[in-house]
Amino acid sequence: MRKKNRNIIEGQGITYNYLHYDEDGKVDSAQLALDHVDLDVEAGQFIAILGHNGSGKSTLAKQINALLLPGEGTLYVDGNDTRDESKLWEIRQCAGMVFQNPDNQIIASVVEEDVGFGPENMGVPTKQIWERAERALRAVDMWKYRGSSPNRLSGGQKQRVAIAGVIAMLPKCIVLDEPTAMLDPGGRKEVIETVRELNRKEGITVILITHYMEEVIHADRVIVMDSAKVVMTGTPREIFSQVEKLRELRLGVPQVTELAWELKKAGLPLPDGILTIEEFTKALDRVRGRSGAEA
Amino acid sequence: MLKDITLGQYYPGTSIIHRLDPRVKLVGTLVFIISLFAFGSISAYIVATAVLVIVIRISEVPPKFMLKGLRAIFVLMLITALFNLFLTPGTVLVRFWKLTITQEGLRMAIHMAFRLSYLIIGSSVMTLTTTPNQLTDGLETGLRGLKKIHFPVHEVAMMMSIALRFIPILMDETDKIIRAQEARGADFDSGGIIKKAKALVPLLVPLFVAAFRRANDLAMAMEARGYHGGEGRTKMKPLVYKTRDYVSYLLFVLYLIVMFLTRKYIKIDFPL
Amino acid sequence: MPIRIEHLSYIYGEGTSFEKKALDDISLEIGDGEFIGLIGHTGSGKSTLIQHLNGLNKASSGRILVDGEDIRSEGYSLKKLRGKVGLVFQYPEYQLFEAEVLKDVCFGPHNQGLSDEEVLARAKEALAAVGLDESYYEKSPFDLSGGQKRRVAIAGILAMKPKVLVLDEPTAGMDPKGRDEILALLKELHESQNITVILVSHSMEDVAGCVSRIIVLDEGKILYDDAPSGVFRHARELEKVGLAAPQMTYVMQALLKDGWDVNADASTVPQARDEILRVLNKG
Repeated sequence: MRKKNRNIIEGQGITYNYLHYDEDGKVDSAQLALDHVDLDVEAGQFIAILGHNGSGKSTLAKQINALLLPGEGTLYVDGNDTRDESKLWEIRQCAGMVFQNPDNQIIASVVEEDVGFGPENMGVPTKQIWERAERALRAVDMWKYRGSSPNRLSGGQKQRVAIAGVIAMLPKCIVLDEPTAMLDPGGRKEVIETVRELNRKEGITVILITHYMEEVIHADRVIVMDSAKVVMTGTPREIFSQVEKLRELRLGVPQVTELAWELKKAGLPLPDGILTIEEFTKALDRVRGRSGAEA
Repeated sequence: MLKDITLGQYYPGTSIIHRLDPRVKLVGTLVFIISLFAFGSISAYIVATAVLVIVIRISEVPPKFMLKGLRAIFVLMLITALFNLFLTPGTVLVRFWKLTITQEGLRMAIHMAFRLSYLIIGSSVMTLTTTPNQLTDGLETGLRGLKKIHFPVHEVAMMMSIALRFIPILMDETDKIIRAQEARGADFDSGGIIKKAKALVPLLVPLFVAAFRRANDLAMAMEARGYHGGEGRTKMKPLVYKTRDYVSYLLFVLYLIVMFLTRKYIKIDFPL
Repeated sequence: MPIRIEHLSYIYGEGTSFEKKALDDISLEIGDGEFIGLIGHTGSGKSTLIQHLNGLNKASSGRILVDGEDIRSEGYSLKKLRGKVGLVFQYPEYQLFEAEVLKDVCFGPHNQGLSDEEVLARAKEALAAVGLDESYYEKSPFDLSGGQKRRVAIAGILAMKPKVLVLDEPTAGMDPKGRDEILALLKELHESQNITVILVSHSMEDVAGCVSRIIVLDEGKILYDDAPSGVFRHARELEKVGLAAPQMTYVMQALLKDGWDVNADASTVPQARDEILRVLNKG
């Protein structure tokens, strides 16, 4: 249905510094947040970015939406250079963004009005705004809350409204910057399931930034960042096979992966990078079968 | 206490009052308030009360909720009433110690109490049934003419609507900060003015820090969603007058006529 | 210093359209030196409950006894209570306000009316206890990382020398290592300072590794109050109220279903590892 061969995001050598100014307005110190980062994302993929607090992953996310611009290097979003000011609104429409704190990104006092905010900014005719808002709210399963006040919703519901607000702009790509960090397990599940469904059904490219290892096991590709650089990239299985390296990077692995790794260390012949409970029990059953045969 | 302030809050609903054009509600509130000051008599208050009761009924907002707004300004009302009661010169009614109550004072106090509480309830009806966005839309369209003299109508309206949206959130936050500092033994209640002012520092610093962070986050979220001022923006809910809106304007005129007629023919004034 | 909660109910926004029973007939006993996990989804009443322990909320009915004294009885000083039960709020940003870390930590003990030397001594002791050395004393709390801010916030309460330390979701929004570090800190404080710790969280993984008792709240009522293994047995019920058992519980239950002769009570990775190895070696 969709072309899988084109890169929707192409970044090369992206470098970015946060500058601190002294009282005279001169640059006092610079803090390197992105250090020659390359980022290629194929249209329709589900990409997860991991990294501890302060590793540069949020800065990278803001580059994709042109909220921040590369100091060095280039970043193309759907063929548009993010530094080209005339393409700014096209880029923001193409790559929508969802932030961590649901309260700080919902602008309107009624759910449907908030979903309409993006299309309004784009100058979409009124009738189409309503069609888009309905479609977006149905896609995140929040249609029945369209008339509610955001203050009355749970954290997970608020984040789904925020996602609908982005979808209503008909983006090709959504960047989510730790959308589940402030939610309870129920809310986290709601949001992640919504995002996965948008990726599968609507073919929207997803870039998910998170601390929760369990949320990335379904990604097509995982990118790990540390001190402003991309330090690992690969499939979830490839990444989570390297338990020790992840620990060094202040990250973890899903608990079941850690268990398999611990058992392997204790001498059991288990494969690396087990990601789900099902994989684990199957692998362990094979171990038992073998030891049973030996006995 | 903070939760008692209903002014500026929206009570979701689908009543006909909710669906009225915000411009109609703005004009209606204005007409109502002016009428309170222009026609001050028992008969006028009876008519105003009747109208208010009917409107609240139709709006389906629980009356309890409306009255809560009054509680928040009760002290203000009391002070105003007392000032009027004791400081208006005129025919002495009662005298005790150094205080005198005059006929005129009593009358003024009663008037002010009525006017202030009706003013609050009247505006509450508007804010409770109108989303802040619609309200500012109403103002924006209503004040469109000012754009010609370079008054930033859209920007001011946007600022207002955001402020209204964040009032409950900031109040909630203030409440939490107060509790967090009370848990550390902070005392916001006792001591003189200077001590009290000093005691506010542990509340105000975190509140400002949080508010600035929110503002920053929000600005970024708005930009990310393509906000770039009022230029080239379309509206999801453009203001279009419907029949019910024209009928409402008609009712306002009718209301004023009734007020005039009662004053002329069946005026009941205070028996003082 | 035991705490006893008797038939505590709290109605939020009484007499308004938002009226809601936030706590519904809660009875609990918390003994000296316990390490308790208080779990519930957002809005389950857990934050409301801990604010009662600190005298910040006034119960609609029922009472709370600290050291055998009713904290709402006449003449009971809330100041005294706050020296006994310390409450750390979820976001350190809600309490940090001074320009320097040390000064901020002094705020609590200063409010207790202690002498300046005593205040300073306690503040330094508390900062040492959370692992922040002298180099942090004069830093601005606003320049610190999220994890360090949390440490300063915890020190601010520890300096008041409470016997019971209550923490509202101290690991929210932190990266995995940061979470582990804060939890390790709490474990250490519990052991070295001999204080009771009540950890409020919605993460079962977080609490499984450190607490000896878990209280699950739902809709203002106590759903479970048991040892972790006892609570995690109800994985399905926990999911129904927006929670989940730790992943290890699911692993062990899956093995059990596959015909493994394991004890499904293991809820942390080391426990699960040891249990699986035990069964395999036996076979």
